[in-house]
Amino acid sequence: MEFFRNTNIDFLGKKWYFLSFSLIFSAAGILSMLFWHGIPLGIDFRGGTVVEVKFADAPNNNAIRDALDKAGLHNAVIQTYGESSSNEVIIKLDLKETNESDLDKGKNQIINALETNPVQGKQNINNSDRIGFGAINKALATRDPMHAAPTDYEKYARQVLDVRDKQKSGILRNLDELKGAVPDPVIDALKQDFYAANFGIRGGDVVGPQVGSQLRTQAELAVGFSLLAMLVYLWFRFELIYGVAAVVACFHDTLITVGAFSLTNQEITLTVIAAILTLVGYSMNDTIVVFDRIRENVKLMRRESLAEIVNKSINQTLSRTILTSGLTFLTVLSLYLFGGEVLHGFSFALVIGILIGTYSSIAVAAPMLVAYTEWRVGHAAGTVALPAQGSKNKVRAKV
Amino acid sequence: MQKNLVIKLAIITGILLMFLYGIFGIPSSLSGDGLKQAVLKRIHLGLDLEGGTHMILQVQVEEAVAGETDRAIDTIKEELNKAKITYAEISRDPNRPDQFVIKGLSTDSTSAVRTIVTDKLSTYLPTSGPNNTQIATMKPDVLAKLKTDTVDKSIEAIRQRVDALGVSEPVIQRNGLGGENQILVELPGVDDLNRAKEIIQSTARLELRESRGVYVSEEEARKAQPNGLIPPNMELLPGKSDNRVYLVSRTSVVGGTDIRDASAGTKSETGEPIINFYLNPEPAKKFGDFTEAHREGGPDPANLAIVLDKKVVTAPSIRQRITDQGYIEGNLTAEEAKDKAMLLRSGSLPASLHYLTERTVGASLGADSIRSGVKAAIAGMLAVMIFMLIYYRGAGINADLALVLNLVILLGFMGFFGAVLTLPGIAGVILTVGMGVDSNVLIFERIREELRNGKAPAAAVDQGFDRAWTTILDTHVTTIVSALILFFVGTGPVSGFGLTLIFGLLANLFTAVFVSRVIFDAVLSRKQRGAALSI
Repeated sequence: MEFFRNTNIDFLGKKWYFLSFSLIFSAAGILSMLFWHGIPLGIDFRGGTVVEVKFADAPNNNAIRDALDKAGLHNAVIQTYGESSSNEVIIKLDLKETNESDLDKGKNQIINALETNPVQGKQNINNSDRIGFGAINKALATRDPMHAAPTDYEKYARQVLDVRDKQKSGILRNLDELKGAVPDPVIDALKQDFYAANFGIRGGDVVGPQVGSQLRTQAELAVGFSLLAMLVYLWFRFELIYGVAAVVACFHDTLITVGAFSLTNQEITLTVIAAILTLVGYSMNDTIVVFDRIRENVKLMRRESLAEIVNKSINQTLSRTILTSGLTFLTVLSLYLFGGEVLHGFSFALVIGILIGTYSSIAVAAPMLVAYTEWRVGHAAGTVALPAQGSKNKVRAKV
Repeated sequence: MQKNLVIKLAIITGILLMFLYGIFGIPSSLSGDGLKQAVLKRIHLGLDLEGGTHMILQVQVEEAVAGETDRAIDTIKEELNKAKITYAEISRDPNRPDQFVIKGLSTDSTSAVRTIVTDKLSTYLPTSGPNNTQIATMKPDVLAKLKTDTVDKSIEAIRQRVDALGVSEPVIQRNGLGGENQILVELPGVDDLNRAKEIIQSTARLELRESRGVYVSEEEARKAQPNGLIPPNMELLPGKSDNRVYLVSRTSVVGGTDIRDASAGTKSETGEPIINFYLNPEPAKKFGDFTEAHREGGPDPANLAIVLDKKVVTAPSIRQRITDQGYIEGNLTAEEAKDKAMLLRSGSLPASLHYLTERTVGASLGADSIRSGVKAAIAGMLAVMIFMLIYYRGAGINADLALVLNLVILLGFMGFFGAVLTLPGIAGVILTVGMGVDSNVLIFERIREELRNGKAPAAAVDQGFDRAWTTILDTHVTTIVSALILFFVGTGPVSGFGLTLIFGLLANLFTAVFVSRVIFDAVLSRKQRGAALSI
């Protein structure tokens, strides 16, 4: 089976279309970053509080908002999380409601606001972020309702968690739902330390401002460094102009990817930055495949102009460029579809980035190489000093 | 088959077995559960998958620096008095904990002061300030080392405390790129978060200081002083269980790090809970001198303030010379005595800690992540494998075999290194599958091209691998560079992602280039010369 055989598309001839396509998308992203959604940073970078809550029944966002309003948290953002059948929401607070000296103040306020009838001195067993094996086992071992060996209580604790997390998908409506799974005296003992609210905190992040800005600097440094490292590597393997062209293409990909986050108003988190860094490396791959072929053809085809060589090289490698990207795209797509809410931003960045990265190696990097060379020839009329063809041919000397 | 090929196949089998061992070790049983247990013993799950707490703490290193400077001020005062040099005031710059200023010196004494600072305080550098002042600043290398030491000591203290809590496999390490003085604490599993936080953060800083009076309020305390001013070397601290304020020295005779051991006990006469403490030899000697000087009927009687976390527990008078052991009493509950003794034993924190971030993941949330991660991985891998089979037919089997081996090596690497698998790490595995097959595509496409140009299968395979090699190397290097940056700059999950990506790409260099070449050779060696290659 073969998708592309002997294609002969004049890619360079379409460079103005490409240029306008790139410009439109970059400009749309930049405009959105400047005037519309800005760069929507996740709380990793911005600081703030996120709490993930699961409810026993379909949550009523208005009721939650009322409760939070009463607690004085007026700017809380409430979002449905995951599939609607999972009854989950995330509640976000801005940094100003996160006090540096009392970091989890906002988080505790949220928990208190949701708690419609708290039981003094007892803990909500559905708060799976803090009530795990250790807490239940300790409670049982201390109460010792069965006068049994410690290993028995460990077994009971596991069974309790099994019922809560697997059979009841994270929420016990009341502790009597444990009947049958563990002996009744164990349930009675648990009732002395725990109760079951109609919601449970599954997890949460609290990030203070200092770490946020620190991570921001780290992320910027990381992206900058990897672009620089690519430039240096390509300079070493090819020629400076190849490196510059590839890095410009990469920067173009990064810009459009970040622009896509801004346009769709999705938050850029730490894992999204990881995805973008991966893209910097990956989008280089396709560019290198094309560049490698250009370098090879420059040696073979001494009569043709660089434009013709580049065109031919792109066509020759088109099949593998599309296939490799297509296959990686398949895996990334499965991440996007099945990888769950946590990886959503990450896989979104990869989905966009791989599409743009493949496009840019054909439509940005290669034309730039030709444009630069033509510009140089135009300036140094007569002397044919193409970067990969001239007498001082570093590439040829190396191969 | 040629001998050469047999050797290569043997190498591949050997590597396969080695990395299978890397993943599973020697499993106790071959049942599904037994294998799962065996894998989890070697490849650890990250907090985002297992559930747990991730925190970043800021060490207030300035406190430790300020303490050091206060001690230096004490030394210099003593030396100046000895040398009979008069001065108006010596004080620490409120904005620069590493600096103190000696004010009101006479013009002719400045050089003598500088000599004293240079001789007696080797860690400070004197410079002349305006109006006959001398400014002493901690040397930059000393300052940097003090900060590093403070963070290291804090890490050590936190480690002992977390161990005492019984948390298994905690991560406690320096955070950031350096110079941030932060500590990363990861507690896997969710046990009793609130207590863990309390115990980690509790500075449990025990100090024994000189005490010069107890007052009902700060106002009263000020009134009682000459001119209504608290002497510069003294400060007011609140009582721990009474509402009174104590006038105590700024510097301590004995600090947290001077304590060798501590235990909870009860006072034999009253049965009241107490904390026994024992001092290291050097501070014991200093403490002996101090108690001798300030005991009742001694040359300069004063009380001894027992200060815990900047609150005065009690300030009794000193009956006799005390050297290497003593006890703390005063409204302690039995549990408090036990906890505090544990904290003192584990070494008190040299500076207090602030929480900067806290991330909690419930176990059930982690389980959800594992489920969706594995689902995505299987879907992605199947899609790629099926595509390769359809598109490249015979050679597709080759690529799929290489892919499976790639995965085995990647996971084996992680097992050998005891690496931590995070959710982004799983994504890294999936991505490796996608990128791993890229190399095969590059090679296969090249072989097809050579075949189209009329080359014989063997020659086409030869050329295909040769020509694709530089491209494959280049593409791998660039991605590994990005992954390395991720590994070093990223924290937690992101770093785990970088790591799987690096392992995966390294494994891929081997499988795509070596393994699939051997498979091609094996296939070709069984074919008639000139028979078509299924690609």
